[in-house]
Amino acid sequence: MDNMEHKSANEWYVSKFKVFEDKLNGQSKSFLHDIRKNALNNLVELSFPTNKNEEWKYTNVAPILKHNFLPAIISTLPKIKKEETKQFLFKNFDYHLVVFVNGLFAEELSEIGHLPKGVIVDGLNRIAKNNPGSIDKYINKLSKIDNAFNALNTAYSYDGLVVIVPEGIVLEKPIQVLYLNSSKNDLVLSLPRNLVVAGKNSQVSVIANYHSYGDKTYFSNIITEVYAEENAIVDLYKTQNENDESYHIEKVQAIQKKNSVFNHYNINFGGAIVRNDINTMHDGQNVETHYYGLYLAHGKQHVDNHTFIDHAKPNCMSNELYKGILDDNSRGVFNGKIIVRQDAQKTNAYQQNKTILLSKTATIDTKPQLEIFADDVKCSHGATVGHLDDTSEFYIRSRGVPQELAKSMLIRAFANDVIDTVKIEPLKEQINHMIFEHLHRVEVENK
Amino acid sequence: MLSIKNLYANVDGKEILKGINLEIKAGEVHAIMGPNGSGKSTLANVLTGNKNYEVTNGNVLFEGRDLLDMDPETRAREGMFLAFQYPIEIPGISNATFLKTALNEIRKYNNLSELTSTEFLDRIKDKAKILGLDDTLISRAVNVGFSGGEKKRNEIFQMLMLEPKFVLLDETDSGLDIDALRIVSSGVNIYRNPNNAFLVVTHYQRLLNYIQPDYVHVLYKGKIIKSGGKELALELEEKGYDWIKSEELETEKV
Repeated sequence: MDNMEHKSANEWYVSKFKVFEDKLNGQSKSFLHDIRKNALNNLVELSFPTNKNEEWKYTNVAPILKHNFLPAIISTLPKIKKEETKQFLFKNFDYHLVVFVNGLFAEELSEIGHLPKGVIVDGLNRIAKNNPGSIDKYINKLSKIDNAFNALNTAYSYDGLVVIVPEGIVLEKPIQVLYLNSSKNDLVLSLPRNLVVAGKNSQVSVIANYHSYGDKTYFSNIITEVYAEENAIVDLYKTQNENDESYHIEKVQAIQKKNSVFNHYNINFGGAIVRNDINTMHDGQNVETHYYGLYLAHGKQHVDNHTFIDHAKPNCMSNELYKGILDDNSRGVFNGKIIVRQDAQKTNAYQQNKTILLSKTATIDTKPQLEIFADDVKCSHGATVGHLDDTSEFYIRSRGVPQELAKSMLIRAFANDVIDTVKIEPLKEQINHMIFEHLHRVEVENK
Repeated sequence: MLSIKNLYANVDGKEILKGINLEIKAGEVHAIMGPNGSGKSTLANVLTGNKNYEVTNGNVLFEGRDLLDMDPETRAREGMFLAFQYPIEIPGISNATFLKTALNEIRKYNNLSELTSTEFLDRIKDKAKILGLDDTLISRAVNVGFSGGEKKRNEIFQMLMLEPKFVLLDETDSGLDIDALRIVSSGVNIYRNPNNAFLVVTHYQRLLNYIQPDYVHVLYKGKIIKSGGKELALELEEKGYDWIKSEELETEKV
């Protein structure tokens, strides 16, 4: 029964490819289209994951597959006015703004502004048309197609964020990328295909800000490829605050050359079923990788974070801190995989996953997965699941603070070591605000 | 102000308090002394409403109202304050946020207007000066990275900020060096006035050199077995608790 359902999902998406091709207007000869056609073959062959697949053991995607979503490029686009986007943006700091509506670049809503010479911040479709030489050596070179979700993204890859920072350039302002998604007449499938390339000695900070426009069901299926060349520093913040009816799957695939630093922040609030795969491969010595995650869920939300750091070279370090706050009947999954390959001597790898359950019916499945083949390494991992501390709650209440607010303060305290790593101060404050907003609890005004 | 009658309480099903009777009037400072495990901290926690402590019998009136019926925040708003033996760290919440929230909750309850930011900051400066506290403390997270002494000092700072009617000091002297002890005590002595009252829970007489009690009570096995003036504390310091224990045994025999 399951199989039939999944098969029909493949068939549905394969059947729409012709309509998509017709829409391309002669762009079907680009390098991108070869990639698409190969991915389409994969989409015919590969099945969508089921719980029988170890990597998807705790996440059932059947509810996503039972809908016939329509890729955004062949569906009706909602009309969104510029003023309407303001409410979704992070404020009080300067940024280059790139807006995508249903995964399609919205030039009229974006304000990219002045960029240093040689820097590209644009939509994939425009770059593929105007300057394919700047991206053809990167697109789809990192991310391997290993399931039907990433085959689907690749087969329909059309638009998404492209950031290319050439050698030696430090981009002072962060790039804020607003992904607004909305199903109006059709059930929309949003398929951003993102690429971030940080050249040698460059520095870039990207804030991927996912929001819903409206409360209808839609499906975001995203791939993001990240290249950190020698000595590059890449900060990638993701905040996902979509509606509770939406489905969200993202695969991040990063590669790091020597002396580079990659900081990934994964702050998750919304979504009915959410799955993040965050993968980094070390391709040089003295690399640093930091993964920070915070997942909040309530109602019947399901949030699955799979992280992977491939320590392939010596003298590298990785540090991972994922924290969750789960309420009501929500369910969390954390799987943190670290491979330390035989060559990767003097590796330092640390991983921590901590979850607080606010209700008796919230659950978490947490699994560290360390595979160590080198002998001179320092690796540690820890996972804890608990409740808010009674004694701490009593302490706060004994000062006159009501119980609900005391709980909010303790949640804030619990999330603190993740939030504190956010380097952009106004962003930090606004994420804090979102925590309480999302939990429908009383807010602590921190001044 | 506080009237405790025949109070019994359990912790984890074990009876710790076995019939406490105590009357405390405004303007008085009472000290409760006793060996480890006699129930001193239990009494402090029961009075402030820690739900891990279960009252099985007796009653407590605070200014004529049934204290045991109130949740911890209501007790605080009515004017109870406990300086904790082990103050809690709250990362990410500044002392300023914490105190402003607490103070305004208490003021709201008592039909007072919320303090403006200026009024609040002025109050902080005044009170910090009394304890010789650095102004930067206020922007630091509550008790995070504080030494044991700093935490105790911060408890007294909170007391000065919140201006409670009734203050419980739970082993406030433990872990303090002599200088910190002096500072903490002077904070208490400055605050002491005819309208408020203190219950000082301590194992050692040392603190009572600085905070002079009007009455001293000895708690032993969940009961007050002896009460007296401040000289009782000195006697305990000199002779230890054993002579009272044997006196108590004598009484039991009779």
